[in-house]
Amino acid sequence: MIHVRSQRLSSSFWALSLVLGASLAFSPPAPGQDAEARGLEIAQEARARGEGFGDFMARQTMVLRNREGQESRRELRLQVLEVPGDGNKSLFVFDEPRDVAGTALLIFSHREDDDEQWLYLPALERVRRISSSNQSGSFLGSEFAYEDMGTPEVEKFTYRYLRDDACGEFTCTVTERVPTNTRSGYSRQEVWQDADELRVWRVDYYDRKGDHLKTLTMSDYQQYLDRYWQAGEMTMVNHVTGKSTVLTWMDLQFRNDLDENDFTRTGLRRAR
Amino acid sequence: MPRRAGLGGAALALAWTAAVLTAAVQDAAAQGIDYDFSGRVRLETRWYPQAGTFPGQRRQASGVAAEPEFYFENARGSSFTLTPFFRYDSADTSRTHFDLREAYLLMFGQIGDGEWELRLGIDRVFWGTAESRHLVDIVNQTDLIEHPDEEDKLGQPMAHLTWSGDWGVAEVFGLPYHRARSLPGPRGRLRYPLAYDTEDVLYESPAKQWHFDVAGRYSHSLGPLDFGVSVFNGTSREPFLLPGADSTGDPALLSYYEQIHQWGVDAQVTLDAWALKLEAIHRSGARNLRGVDQDYAALVGGFEYTFFSVWGTAADVSLLGEWNYDGRGRDATTAFDNDVFVATRWAPNDIQGTELLAGIMFDARRASRVMTLEFNRRITDRWSMSVESVALPGVDASDILYPTRRDSFFEFSLFYNF
Repeated sequence: MIHVRSQRLSSSFWALSLVLGASLAFSPPAPGQDAEARGLEIAQEARARGEGFGDFMARQTMVLRNREGQESRRELRLQVLEVPGDGNKSLFVFDEPRDVAGTALLIFSHREDDDEQWLYLPALERVRRISSSNQSGSFLGSEFAYEDMGTPEVEKFTYRYLRDDACGEFTCTVTERVPTNTRSGYSRQEVWQDADELRVWRVDYYDRKGDHLKTLTMSDYQQYLDRYWQAGEMTMVNHVTGKSTVLTWMDLQFRNDLDENDFTRTGLRRAR
Repeated sequence: MPRRAGLGGAALALAWTAAVLTAAVQDAAAQGIDYDFSGRVRLETRWYPQAGTFPGQRRQASGVAAEPEFYFENARGSSFTLTPFFRYDSADTSRTHFDLREAYLLMFGQIGDGEWELRLGIDRVFWGTAESRHLVDIVNQTDLIEHPDEEDKLGQPMAHLTWSGDWGVAEVFGLPYHRARSLPGPRGRLRYPLAYDTEDVLYESPAKQWHFDVAGRYSHSLGPLDFGVSVFNGTSREPFLLPGADSTGDPALLSYYEQIHQWGVDAQVTLDAWALKLEAIHRSGARNLRGVDQDYAALVGGFEYTFFSVWGTAADVSLLGEWNYDGRGRDATTAFDNDVFVATRWAPNDIQGTELLAGIMFDARRASRVMTLEFNRRITDRWSMSVESVALPGVDASDILYPTRRDSFFEFSLFYNF
């Protein structure tokens, strides 16, 4: 009997870091504004620009590399439905590795309440409710933790603007965010966002001891519906273990007329 | 209709199926129908450290099992799934068997604000939440010969209609044919002193295996609570075993299936690291161990608590505790009359997806103990392996498991997943 590590497929993510920005110009903060207010303002503006996408579907590939360069692949498909005023509904279906093919994960995320999650295990024909309290765990054995995969809800952090810094061809704001959730594996994160589009280009993650644990870098941004930006490639490097994971987005399509019926426990069995 | 066949028959059936499907896939591709081919092949060897209690029982068994899945889908999303299963076993000819696990048409659509779904054909359905025992689950017959944990199921012919909405999920099942439980042959382990007669199966209903069984279930999710209420009316899936004679006049154990009526509830409350689980049934129409009709209730309930990312590692460790109870007490037809199950699950969350589950079932009335172990690990993206063991360090002479007291085993399996 093949078992899936069901406990580890639990999390509060709704979409793999769909970094939605918009082409609206973001007004620069007034001089002298305090750092906390400025950090929060950037986060709120980034969320506002990501709203209204309706739904999307995509494929993702993860390549996991260890220190010796050995590789392992993960392939999955996902679909996400925007739920106005609350978290979103997401459905993930795993294609590779083959022993977990057909395994499907359904997540109802919430801004206030705990997320709800169900896992479908095809070998047992079994839909199982799973805990959402597992924040810092690895997603499918990768360097992405569950909390890295989710869109960081504004309410789940406190913010502080740190400085402006060069990032590639842009000038980025560097904002510190501190998770309010005690289950988070991080003491703080530093986020690089370009000033015009508020796209995230880099995130530094610091562990509970305050050491620099991981760095996420984004590249190949594309704009969809003349509004939403999504990185085509996301690379997470773990500085402690030397392992890395490259996550590639493919076939991202918005506005597929998905509705609540595409995100049901009954539908989990059909997801394949 | 699926049925057990000899090795030659099964091989022929498999070859025929493969030929037909190859043609079907080519035809489907030509017509623009999506298709998918997946599945797994398993090499397995099982070793029993102790000699059998009964003459002829083997200490070692090896074999191969295959479960390919063929899937066809048209442009409207309707689909046909075909999942044959075949096993060859070197020791027990009864364990060499063929089954159609799935062969069903699936259609679905919208109705009002909700959705309907119809599955027609042979399918598998699972109800329940508990780990140590699947009490409520009744639609499919157990393929007991696969594994004594009763988790493998035979394909069940059915019409299965689902209606779901924000008020919950309602399901009805029409079950026109009864599958008899698969049981070990004379050389097989984990059996009673008398050989099973699987040729002549006895039924309470004059319609025999063609009695039309019905089942229904309502399930819903409310915040942290997931629950289901189910009802079943028809032929029992659990055989009452009675001594008799087979067609050649030799003493044998005959399977007798009563008409039963069963209510069931299953529930899980998921709060943080806690999962609280309950399954309970009330069944009427079944015979107890003394062969007397007795209505009864049974339950299994308990918890699973998970320590996430223990000791600063990526590993999760869970503790499980469940209590099994059967209102018939000593007259219960199962081993779960009053038993406590404790277990631990270890998942290091590595690239290989390693998982270990080790547990012990304590009989509260007797000195019996049953230990179980399951270990799974991926080797490459295609190959994986498992080690399983059931150990019986002590079985009380009054226990229903007593004839299997020398049947502790280790099993090693290698899987190719495609």
